[in-house]
Amino acid sequence: MRRLLGGATLAGLVAGLVMAFGIAPREATQGNVQRIMYLHVPSVWVAYLAFGVVLVASVVYLVRRDDRADRLAHASAEVGVLFTGLTIATGSIWGKPTWGTWWTWDARLTSVSILFVMYLGYLLLRGMVEDRERGARFAAVLGIVAAFNIPLVHFSVIWWRTLHQPPSLMKPGPGAMPGIIVAALLVNFAAFTLLYVYFVTRRTVVLGLEAEAEA
Amino acid sequence: MVWKDFLVERRSKETLNSLFFFALLLLFVFQFALGPDRERLAGTLPGLLWLGFMLSGLLGLGRTFVVERENDCWEGLLLAPGDKSAIYVGKLAGNLLLMVVIETVLLVLFGFFFNLDLAGILPALAVVIALGTVALAAVGTLFAAMTAQVRARELLFPVLLLPVQAPVLLATVKATEAVLLGEPLGSVAHWLKLLAAADVVYVAVGVLTFDFVLEA
Amino acid sequence: MVSEPLIRVTGLRKTFGNHRVLDGLDLDVRAGEAVAVLGANGAGKTTLLKVLATLTRPTRGTATVAGHDCAKDPELVRREIGLVAHSPYVYEDLTAAENLTFWATLAGLRPSAAERTGALATVELERAAGERVRTFSAGMKRRLSLARFVLARPRVLLLDEPFTGLDQRAKKWLEEHLASFKAGGGAIVMTSHSFGRELAVADRIAILAGGAIALDTPRGALSAADVHRLYALHAEDAS
Repeated sequence: MRRLLGGATLAGLVAGLVMAFGIAPREATQGNVQRIMYLHVPSVWVAYLAFGVVLVASVVYLVRRDDRADRLAHASAEVGVLFTGLTIATGSIWGKPTWGTWWTWDARLTSVSILFVMYLGYLLLRGMVEDRERGARFAAVLGIVAAFNIPLVHFSVIWWRTLHQPPSLMKPGPGAMPGIIVAALLVNFAAFTLLYVYFVTRRTVVLGLEAEAEA
Repeated sequence: MVWKDFLVERRSKETLNSLFFFALLLLFVFQFALGPDRERLAGTLPGLLWLGFMLSGLLGLGRTFVVERENDCWEGLLLAPGDKSAIYVGKLAGNLLLMVVIETVLLVLFGFFFNLDLAGILPALAVVIALGTVALAAVGTLFAAMTAQVRARELLFPVLLLPVQAPVLLATVKATEAVLLGEPLGSVAHWLKLLAAADVVYVAVGVLTFDFVLEA
Repeated sequence: MVSEPLIRVTGLRKTFGNHRVLDGLDLDVRAGEAVAVLGANGAGKTTLLKVLATLTRPTRGTATVAGHDCAKDPELVRREIGLVAHSPYVYEDLTAAENLTFWATLAGLRPSAAERTGALATVELERAAGERVRTFSAGMKRRLSLARFVLARPRVLLLDEPFTGLDQRAKKWLEEHLASFKAGGGAIVMTSHSFGRELAVADRIAILAGGAIALDTPRGALSAADVHRLYALHAEDAS
């Protein structure tokens, strides 16, 4: 099962890369720089997915007190932080040629950065509480607060400033994006989602083993 | 709860005295850091004001549960049968009271030092401050309860609170800016709605999850 | 349910990090019975009390008080117990009466002024009622924490080294107080690292060593010297 998942993930990522760099055409206005979108957008998606899972797992943990839910939340938060980091990095790399600067307080980048520090704090809290059970409880509470905060962050930052391209996939005008680009993007979405599932399941198992060794 | 904390505070006067002094110092620091140029200061005023509120809040709210550490009263609270959310609401009310007092002082000091005419815009400003303060205190109270039981709590409390408060800070600063420019509240209705939503969400989450924080 | 002990601990294990403080601890206490748990510093006495008081969850095993599981139904357990921990749980800047009112309110009680005075009188603090706790001695603070349970009337008292730091008079008072609590059908678990006065109140002596009860014996005819000898035997055995 694990091998199957790992294999599928690998295949998906390879296919995604081929699609992104080989098959998808060079975008007319932005040139090759646009290709980073195939990394950037799926990263954002995985980050949001991960934090959504943290929310669900946190609620489940508080209600059922099931350690597995706690480990899932922990693993998912770690992977989420990783992918928000990736989003910031790719966004920054894309920003340099496009806007002429590594960093702008563009709405999307800003809100992802806020999520990044918020969940970094979450991981920090986990590391700082000595009692494992108490750490799990606090983290779950924080996971819930942080998740409910995401829409607030989202709207506040959008109103605060908007430099980013309007999301191009979500509101496609007819033929806004060539089908092949959409296809490349979708393959990468699938591959990144598989990668997320793979990371989280592996990490959850490791956390489980750690807990077992402790008990 | 409020009654007890109020009595303790009235007798020890620890928190309030230091916070008054801190507020005054903040004013000096802002002035020194930015120079005496009134024009330039005016542009940054909303930001400075909320920075002042936030920093005082970090200190004041972070101390929420310090009194409970005395003689391990903390454990006594845990052992109280019944709904812990009452303790949260009590602490939150106490914190709101504390914040309002400090904010009033800061506002008066700002008005005095920066030569602001606050009289006309006070009602509008009060609305913004009230909405922002509830959001700040609601999360602050919840996080203070968590970090009170952790090593390095002075460090962890702001590290957890500040990112979460980012939207509140954006909203309050923008709204305050508009109010200071004499614009009607209607022009920042979207920010006020965001703050109101934040208040509702934070208080609700606080009430619902406090049980899990204050548990052994 | 007469045969059911008021406190039942089975296979209790508690780990902190890699360290097993308690490992496979079993203990039963019936109504009207007092057990003194002896052990060296760090043997896990306080941890045991905290588990019973629902302040710490066991890593493995179960602890029940009056049939309620300490980990699963802490709320129900909390209504049955009174904990006098090492710290007295009082606010230094409040008076004795204010402290009592606060804790009673928190426990959902609405004591009348007369009840409050009565409780303070029981612990012989009626004359200090209006004074700030800051001025109190250790013994007075401990009496004040006991006053809470005069109002709340729990069925189980958990005491962490209750006699430590008290003068002779206070020890005698506490001894009588605990004896009357026991006579009223309550169960007592108290810890000690010495062989002092607490042994007179205890019906049984349990020696905690190596994370478990190494010896559980009726106090009966044991003299202080016997206890000392047994303690040395078992505690050193385990270490």
